[in-house]
Amino acid sequence: MDQTFVIIGAGHAGGQAAATLRSKGFEGKIIMIGDEPYAPYERPPLSKALLAGEIEIDRLYLKKPSWYEDKDIDLRVNTLVDSIDKAGKSLALSDGSTIAYDKLLIATGTRVRKLALPGAELGGIFYLRAIADTLAIQERMKPDTKVVIVGGGYIGLEVAAVGAKMGCDVTVLEGLDRVMNRVVSPEVSAFYHETHTAAGVKIITGVGVTGYEGEGDVSKVICADGSAYDADLVVVGVGVIPNCEIAEEAGLTVENGLVVDEYAQTSDPDIYAAGDVTNHPNALLGGRLRLESVQNAVDQAKTAANAMLGTLKEYAEIPWFWSDQYDLKLQIVGLSEPDDEVVMRGDPATKKFSVCYLRDGELVAVNAINNVKDFMGAKKLIAAHRKIDPALLADADTPLKQM
Amino acid sequence: MATINVTNRDGETSKIDAEVGISLMENLRNNDSELESICGGQCSCATCHVYIDDDWVARSGTRSDEETELLEELDCMKEGSRLSCQVDFTAELDGLTIVIAPDE
Repeated sequence: MDQTFVIIGAGHAGGQAAATLRSKGFEGKIIMIGDEPYAPYERPPLSKALLAGEIEIDRLYLKKPSWYEDKDIDLRVNTLVDSIDKAGKSLALSDGSTIAYDKLLIATGTRVRKLALPGAELGGIFYLRAIADTLAIQERMKPDTKVVIVGGGYIGLEVAAVGAKMGCDVTVLEGLDRVMNRVVSPEVSAFYHETHTAAGVKIITGVGVTGYEGEGDVSKVICADGSAYDADLVVVGVGVIPNCEIAEEAGLTVENGLVVDEYAQTSDPDIYAAGDVTNHPNALLGGRLRLESVQNAVDQAKTAANAMLGTLKEYAEIPWFWSDQYDLKLQIVGLSEPDDEVVMRGDPATKKFSVCYLRDGELVAVNAINNVKDFMGAKKLIAAHRKIDPALLADADTPLKQM
Repeated sequence: MATINVTNRDGETSKIDAEVGISLMENLRNNDSELESICGGQCSCATCHVYIDDDWVARSGTRSDEETELLEELDCMKEGSRLSCQVDFTAELDGLTIVIAPDE
């Protein structure tokens, strides 16, 4: 009898896994369960091109919706999984039905971290994770709208850039001392701070938001230092939380994400996981980590799908990320740490430069701004774990490929 | 319906249906290609690399500097190399012949 593979989650990882299973010749039943009303789609444009109204929703799909029917993939949208019975190898769904699986892939991703502050119930306060969020924000984001963004990370700054271009009055409130603190060096933070300021965005750092005021809809954002900012619209981007609850309740090992091995297998031999939700080992980096990135979702999903079919291919990639703000393409390869030695390549004034991070003499990360060549070169160089002369690295005319 | 002749990484050739007005990458993605196109068509990652058949190169448009920079960093760049997200699939490309480049 045909096997049934069930995929929980219809994001980048779920979509990629279904595609890989079929392209590798799996002929059994595939059921994919998603909580949104859409087939798997590209999430990054939600805070960029989709918000700016530059692209239509039907250009976001990973595969056109008819593909799932053509490939005999039972895509169940608007559906949640209530629980996993791993002894009985079945799932209970929010519509009351139960489905049996032979192998299961958990690709539940993350959800936004919400701020439980006074006034949080007011209208006009949004988070951004799904198409519905973008559409709701878009409806209120018009020229001259006062937009207050809580959190100066990727999402906050991308929304700020779209708002500024649209002619909104944008203020970004960041709790730490600089924007994108977690992911880039102070030099890169300063460059982005200046770029936003030049575009008319006000960035306030080191300020903690304590609540919202308004009648029905939000009209003010209140901060710990007593300052207040007028707001017609608030967008909060303060990180995400992995959706591990059903896995944990089922008895799978969870520790800063759903724990999997290098083949994307969980502590249960018939259950796999991929994407933002996983805590996985990476031999290239040494140690375990949980990532929030499309690259990880796609690549780990391929590993998981192969493993579900009995082909074990170790997952170990140098992680990479990107953010588009204004005319700046920021690409991040590798993971930097605050104590890394920072080497500048090129002049920020040209809007094309890179910042390199050395640890014990080895290149571990690069932030490339409008510099796709360095981005590509860095991927290989970081994986090579070679010691590199900082003076040579600082010479922007010497390609990374030649180091 | 327009079509594209695609040779995949296993060397198997097939004819796929294509839609005019979207990119070559989107057309490949809508079918069964192994292309990743991780960045979603932003000319950022070079994971949608294809080789355009010699007879079609002239009709497939020209590379931007950025696309060229990305391609030049790949080990397997060739004469007909393109990032498929940067190729608009026009009516003129009906019958296009391409090969999916190796995964790097």
